[in-house]
Amino acid sequence: MNHWLPIEWTMAVRFLREGRLQTIFIIGGISIGVGVIVFMSAMLAGLQANFIKRVLTSQPQIQLLSPDQIARPLRNAGGEIEDAVVQRPSQRVISIDQWPKIRAQMQAMPEVVTVSPTILGSVLAVRGDASRSVNLSGVEPDSYFKIVKVPDYIVAGEPRLTSEDIIIGTELAKDLGATVGDKLNIRAASGATRVLTISGIVDLGNKSVNQRVCYAALRTAQSLLGMIGGITTIDITVTDIYAAEDIAQRIQAANVVEADSWIKTNAQFFTAVQAQQNTNTLIRLFVGLSVAFGIAAVLIVSVIQRSKDIGILRAMGTSRAQVLRVFLVQGGLLGFVGSLFGAAMGAFALVYWHSVARQADGTELFPLILERSLFVYTALLATVTGILAAMAPAVRAAKLDPVVAIRG
Amino acid sequence: MADAILKLERVCKAYNVGLPTETEVLHDIDLELDHGEFLALIGPSGSGKSTLLNIVGLLDRPTSGRLSIKGHDTAALGDAEITRLRGHTIGFIFQYHLLISAFTARENVMMPMLVDRGFPAADIEARADRLLAQVGLAKFAGNLANNMSGGQQQRVAVARALAMEPDLVLADEPTGNLDTKSADAVFELMRQVNRDSGTSFLLVTHNMDLAQRCDRIIEVVDGRIRA
Ligand SMILES: Nc1ncnc2c1ncn2[C@@H]1O[C@H](COP(=O)(O)OP(=O)(O)OP(=O)(O)O)[C@@H](O)[C@H]1O
Ligand SMILES: [Mg+2]
Repeated sequence: MNHWLPIEWTMAVRFLREGRLQTIFIIGGISIGVGVIVFMSAMLAGLQANFIKRVLTSQPQIQLLSPDQIARPLRNAGGEIEDAVVQRPSQRVISIDQWPKIRAQMQAMPEVVTVSPTILGSVLAVRGDASRSVNLSGVEPDSYFKIVKVPDYIVAGEPRLTSEDIIIGTELAKDLGATVGDKLNIRAASGATRVLTISGIVDLGNKSVNQRVCYAALRTAQSLLGMIGGITTIDITVTDIYAAEDIAQRIQAANVVEADSWIKTNAQFFTAVQAQQNTNTLIRLFVGLSVAFGIAAVLIVSVIQRSKDIGILRAMGTSRAQVLRVFLVQGGLLGFVGSLFGAAMGAFALVYWHSVARQADGTELFPLILERSLFVYTALLATVTGILAAMAPAVRAAKLDPVVAIRG
Repeated sequence: MADAILKLERVCKAYNVGLPTETEVLHDIDLELDHGEFLALIGPSGSGKSTLLNIVGLLDRPTSGRLSIKGHDTAALGDAEITRLRGHTIGFIFQYHLLISAFTARENVMMPMLVDRGFPAADIEARADRLLAQVGLAKFAGNLANNMSGGQQQRVAVARALAMEPDLVLADEPTGNLDTKSADAVFELMRQVNRDSGTSFLLVTHNMDLAQRCDRIIEVVDGRIRA
């Protein structure tokens, strides 16, 4: 017998070992419960991480736009409203006011990583008889390529943007029958035209985007869109992507711009994640409860089975508190050991599912994320659940009248 | 009397107090037991012997009357103190459910000392082995309780009852389940411990032959001591 273990622990271990079948079955039950929780939590974390990785590599975390033009009700000299019917004005494409100053301010903020001015507009891309309406982004490649990793998505040519270059999407190239080195005639609504050479073709992973995406140098786009020196958006990345909304609100409060964070523009995603997390929490709660009831049921039976042992122990000077602890320790041990097996089962199922479940193109459905904290947290929670579940049986054991126990 | 290890004055015990089924099982019991005395308690089934033993052993409380052990009035003691006093002063030997089956013979003997925490861990095992040798079971120290005969188990129970060097050992028909030869061996063992170390014994038995070999016999009939 271990001398360094308190006697309550020794008794708890022996009792669990002697009731072998009960112990094995309840540990099996706990393991399954814990396994489900581990599997679900890790997969959810993986899916979330996948999305966030996409956010980090293919879109700015904050976009600054010029504020909406607002129509106000007409008032007379006394300030009374004369005509309250207000029509939303058509939004002209206008430049952000004093954008170089704003850019300098943004660059001075410690939480900002990259600032990239961009101009966006619709133009017509013409090659021979074919013409397509496309979205032209005029960018500064040095900063913009740090936000959207265009070079990573180039499938032909190179990510070069001199004033004569244009990078287009794969579908657009197909539609126009053009390839790297070909010339495209770009026409703006104002009538301005320019001939640009295709330097690269990109695949951004989405067909409709690939049909319309075009990148040109900032100055080239500015002159085409008739906004010399103007831009329509400032794209920003920040150090802490989860602080993006806070930072956006601060920027908006201090400048005459509208600042949209990725958190706001992807509100749907966050609602979905929240809903999933709520479901996850509910499932956890109910799995936890059923595990707790299982442990309590097994221990109650064990208290009844061992009432004579408990009576003898009390007769030889064991205190009520000691008897209480013997059963609390049993509950804790069941929870802890069950969580170890459960974590192993959950991790194994996750690795297996990760290797089997693939997206249509063969890439992984979710990244495999097995964080140690998840296991530590689960083990802790299971142990505490076990101890709490053992409360009722332990109290019952401690209250047992030794006279009744021994006579029975 | 200074020498009394145990003193009962007008002790009554009723079960189901306050209920329609209330029954008084022990009536005005007066009893004294000296240090080193070996007392036999006899009487017909249902007369209240086990009830009396449980009260003396502090497993149960009397409904009225005084019980003092080693001069302590037990009515004044709380639950924790009662448990302590019981652990240090009294050893039990029961008729059935003798040992805890999840443990070996040695561990069963160690148990009262482990539970008490008063003993240095290193001494406990040695003391348990010494006690097992004393009851002639040195070779069986590592056996699980269930892997021993009834007589052997009962001898382990005697060793366990002596673990804390109690002043008083209470034995409720310890030989009732054994054949004559084993019963005799267990009785002789107790008698010898009583002689060697002066431990007092209160032995409930139906065996008149064994009762005759005790220092004194007390007969309980219908909850009263018959003179
Ligand atoms: N918990 C209880 N509730 C009600 N009555 C009880 C209880 N325990 C014992 N009794 C009654 O008390 C009386 C004495 O019982 P006790 O067990 O002390 O007898 P005993 O002398 O030990 O008998 P035996 O020789 O059969 O062991 C019996 O009539 C019994 O039915
Ligand atoms: Mg009896």
